[in-house]
Amino acid sequence: MRTHYVVCCGLVVAVLCGHPSRGFAQTSGEQALRQEIDQLRSALADIQRQYGERLAALEARLGAAPTPPAAPAVPEQAQTPAAEVPPGAAGAGGPTGSLPIYGAASAASKIFNPDMAVIGDFLGAAGHNEVSPTPPLELHEAETSLQAIVDPYARGDFFVAFSPEGVEIEEGFITFPTVPGGLLVKVGKTRAAFGKVNTLHNHLLSWTDRPLVTNNLVGREEGISDAGISVARLIPNPWLFLEATGEVYRGNSELFTSSKRADLAYVGHLRGYYDVTENANIDFGGSYARGHNDAGVVDDVDVGRFVTDLWGVDATVRWRPLQRAIYRSFLGRSEVIWSRREQPGGPQQSIGYYASGDYQFARRWFAGVRYDRSGRAEDASVHDSGQSLTLTYWPSEFSQIRGQYRRIRYAEESTANELLFQFQFSIGAHGAHPF
Amino acid sequence: MILTKSVLTAAAVSAVVLLAVAPAAAQGRLNVITTTEDLASIAREVGGDRIDVEAIARGYQDPHFVEAKPSFILRLQRADLLVVVGRDLEIGWLPPLVQQSRNSKIQIGADGYVDASLRARILDIPQGQITRAMGDVHPLGNPHYWLDPDNGKVIARAIFEKLAQRRPGDRVFFEQRLNDFNGRIDAAEKRWLAMMAPYKGVKVATYHRSFSNFADRFGLDVMGYVEPRPGIPPSPQHTLDLITEMKRQNVKLVLVEPYFDLRTPNAVGRGTGAEVLVMPPSVGGVKEVTDYFKLFDYDINLLITALRKVGAAPQ
Repeated sequence: MRTHYVVCCGLVVAVLCGHPSRGFAQTSGEQALRQEIDQLRSALADIQRQYGERLAALEARLGAAPTPPAAPAVPEQAQTPAAEVPPGAAGAGGPTGSLPIYGAASAASKIFNPDMAVIGDFLGAAGHNEVSPTPPLELHEAETSLQAIVDPYARGDFFVAFSPEGVEIEEGFITFPTVPGGLLVKVGKTRAAFGKVNTLHNHLLSWTDRPLVTNNLVGREEGISDAGISVARLIPNPWLFLEATGEVYRGNSELFTSSKRADLAYVGHLRGYYDVTENANIDFGGSYARGHNDAGVVDDVDVGRFVTDLWGVDATVRWRPLQRAIYRSFLGRSEVIWSRREQPGGPQQSIGYYASGDYQFARRWFAGVRYDRSGRAEDASVHDSGQSLTLTYWPSEFSQIRGQYRRIRYAEESTANELLFQFQFSIGAHGAHPF
Repeated sequence: MILTKSVLTAAAVSAVVLLAVAPAAAQGRLNVITTTEDLASIAREVGGDRIDVEAIARGYQDPHFVEAKPSFILRLQRADLLVVVGRDLEIGWLPPLVQQSRNSKIQIGADGYVDASLRARILDIPQGQITRAMGDVHPLGNPHYWLDPDNGKVIARAIFEKLAQRRPGDRVFFEQRLNDFNGRIDAAEKRWLAMMAPYKGVKVATYHRSFSNFADRFGLDVMGYVEPRPGIPPSPQHTLDLITEMKRQNVKLVLVEPYFDLRTPNAVGRGTGAEVLVMPPSVGGVKEVTDYFKLFDYDINLLITALRKVGAAPQ
């Protein structure tokens, strides 16, 4: 290889040096000069050809080796990575031409990174509660969301909750939005479509806590959240929005316990929505859930084969004048839930409900009330009841400070009077506001 | 128990069968849904009676904060085309609606999804590091670009191309209407520019950054905002600073979008002697503004009347 290089260089030097010297010798012979040039051209072409042949022979000899051809890589490396100026930016005082991308490959890969956000949920409590005390100060949860479009057919969503109890995948699912038949299919771990509160992440609630009925009958904070498949379809009709959802879960959540592969949990939900005026609307639904419970489990074996059935109805009234939408709004909501839990000693049938109202009286201020009453799933003969007042302040769309006075009369004849407060803050991508 | 299980299975199977019945495909005129009334008005100009057009947000509503109502899902389910303002204006409410629409035609990146901003002239693209300390900043530039009639033509062309692609048989019809619209915009723009010419360089304050393109086209100089940062409500200190600065620069006009509270702008008006104008940035912002042409007619007449009243002259 080196010999070729030397020969080549020598030839170039000879051409450069030889040409003018001969030019001096035959200044009058233009034709001779041309001939000379032609000769040199053909000599160069010969060398090129020879070189090419030898290279081809060498490549053929190395043919078996998996090394990719080096030639195309060279111009790519030599190029400075660049991005186009966004359309329309030209002339707006912004940069023109190509914009450099720093960090080349890594910067290009960021384009496909999912939208990321972290929502911090800091809770505090004062007062006394003997039945269900919470820490005086706690970073209750840091919810990380990673969301992106997977391909032309699906999108992916992950919500990972970091809390003092550990790390948990709150939700992680793929959504197929355009399955034939008008179906919306979700596969993964999701919060089940049972009523309203069960579907909502903590930061979307109007309170610092969850209602008593959720805690007593629907599996506490985690609720029905499980690995499964959800299929939803709109039901066409001329009057209102109607959506039916059917879900099948593995059967392991705070509420259900599955000890056999066949012990799945089922959730069904029917949601109706109607615009009363452009400012007001009603949203209502009915839900059903069924799965095995842990009452009959002895040493990991479900000897009792006990089942829990849950029925729920929910209704939401919203008012928000369009032209003053950022200053005034009202949301009234209620859920009633019946639980039938089979257990040793006979089934327990309990009922629980909450009713709440939240009024936004300024751009950054909300005030709310909630009334709670619920039996207990394991013991229908007792019930808890409570009242709450909330006041919420939004410094911006991305943070929120909330205070809640809560009074609960527990079945144990104990009354809890508490002042709860919460700081919530969101960093990262601007997620859509759910309705 | 076995009976219950079989009943459940039967119910599940019948539900799936019922749910799987495909909806009848839409036929006839193209069904165009736009996010705002401005886009709807332009789409009507191009499509005429060969398309049906409906807007999601009303013109008197803040387009950043539209609620993702399920009734919009029903409209999007039937849409052949979805025309959006883009530049993240609808980021807070449109994605869940599109996702739940079950309509493959209008998913992001699909053929029926039209981002009207792609070839428009966009202002206020932030430079340097962008953080939320700057407020609810739009990293892709100011999304209120339709308030420049030249951008109106760009939007019309984007819609035309999509309509012509979808209905090749009607291409000539759409093209004629596009040319007619462009001609009328050119004529009107000449008139509007002539009306505004005597006031070139007049300084104004606005509530939000809605009027950057309008000011740029018609020669107004926006010197300050009632909002301390985009999307952040007015603070007392910022209001005082704005009053001081307006007095110093002798600014006599405050423009406010119809969906903002007038308390702070009125205080600024009292503090500076400036006129407070509720100026619609969108078609439908006030009752009289029923189409894209009337939007400029109304706003320019409103401005000129107010400028004459305060005796404003270019600085």
